[in-house]
Amino acid sequence: MSNKTDSNLYTVLFAILMVVIVGGLLAYTASALRPKIDNNERIEKQQNILYAMGINENEGSSANFVATTQAPELFTKNVAEQLVLESKGGKVVNTMTREEFMKANNGKEPYLIDIKKQKSNAKSGSSRLLPLFVGNSKEGKKVYVAPIYGKGLWDAIWGYVALDENMVVQGAYFDHKGETPGLGANIKQRFFMDDFEGEHLLAENGDFKGITIAKGNADPKNEDKTDNEIDAIAGATITGDGVTAMIKSDLKLYKPYFDSLKSQKTN
Amino acid sequence: MGLLSKKDTKLITDPLADNNPITIQVLGICSALAITAELKASIVMSISVLFVLGVGNVVVSLMRNIIPSKIRIIVQLVVVAALVIIVDQVLKAFAYELSKTLSVFVGLIITNCIIMGRFEAFALGNGPWRSFLDGIGNAAGYGAILIIVGFFRELLGSGTLLGFKVLGDPIEKTGLYAIGYENNGFMLLSPMALIVVGVIIWVQRTRNKALIEDH
Repeated sequence: MSNKTDSNLYTVLFAILMVVIVGGLLAYTASALRPKIDNNERIEKQQNILYAMGINENEGSSANFVATTQAPELFTKNVAEQLVLESKGGKVVNTMTREEFMKANNGKEPYLIDIKKQKSNAKSGSSRLLPLFVGNSKEGKKVYVAPIYGKGLWDAIWGYVALDENMVVQGAYFDHKGETPGLGANIKQRFFMDDFEGEHLLAENGDFKGITIAKGNADPKNEDKTDNEIDAIAGATITGDGVTAMIKSDLKLYKPYFDSLKSQKTN
Repeated sequence: MGLLSKKDTKLITDPLADNNPITIQVLGICSALAITAELKASIVMSISVLFVLGVGNVVVSLMRNIIPSKIRIIVQLVVVAALVIIVDQVLKAFAYELSKTLSVFVGLIITNCIIMGRFEAFALGNGPWRSFLDGIGNAAGYGAILIIVGFFRELLGSGTLLGFKVLGDPIEKTGLYAIGYENNGFMLLSPMALIVVGVIIWVQRTRNKALIEDH
């Protein structure tokens, strides 16, 4: 190296110039690609919700969404209602329809509600918005899809769970940001997600019990649907515990709504 | 090879065997443990590192005469981080599915010591073409070990390869499982990756005694 590049002035100037160039380059890439990325994320949310409802293109043992080009159309067709429940202290204090919500939020669709933000709102004592998507599953059954959000071993995990009126799971989709490939990342594999179908969230006496990702539950084929347990993934204990926790904490908030559905029926 | 001189060819072949970044230089061990539980992840990681190390080496080599020596490590870090982030953003916009598969690797690529190691040891002192070859060679050597480890861990741990059930179905008890074979769940945990790497090092040094260091 020449002496020229060793001087303090040169070093400082080089650092400043480098930061400006690299910063500018990254900022430009990020803002130029933002609309495309946002659109991809929006379509992915639609695909996730449709997947949980059973509207997917599963083949063999791999999980496949509906095509990205078809997703918006299928979403409008199959999701009949998007409700937004306002939850405070474990009670649903207000129920908004999609139109009411969009009016109050500059035309933002309820399925774009940031669950992470709502969760931290609830932690700081304010109310939490709970989106709920009502539609028909592939078999024509009425299902209610609820988004859930939690943390795994390394980073965020989230999912969409489709329920019937009795809070029996009809379908589930899970995803993660950075779980270990081959271990925790397997929560988005068919063998894990499919196990949830038919599993009960409520105990026999009607109380909310959730679903536990259990190790050694002596039911690896998951034939007992009322034991509130799913067979765990080997080597992914903490991710599994995260799934258990987010099902328990998030889906519990929807219970008052399902109770009200029932009382409407009996009246 | 007519295209490459003998010296240039060595840049690619050396890291594949006698100067392998993982088994000889013992670099990049952390990612070799973290993502080799399945073969697909190993392959994706190998390709990502191949790209980043090849391009990064060229960029650092082109800048080698203007980088102030006092802050060269930070400059290298900025080069690799910027490269990885730009690639990640472009994939998110144009190949969303692929970007989701890669997301977990982005952080691992930046922290991979092989990349910083090659920038520091080679690209800073050599021209762009030789640096490019060195980058490709080292990334291939790294990838080869990753794929070997991933192959054994997925086969013995889950009984699958690239997700295909090659040994039969463990729940339905078909194929090998019908005669009492069981998957070794321990293979899926990180310690076994270290042991598999250890076995590769052992085999390699038994075959080539020159690699054994005297102490």
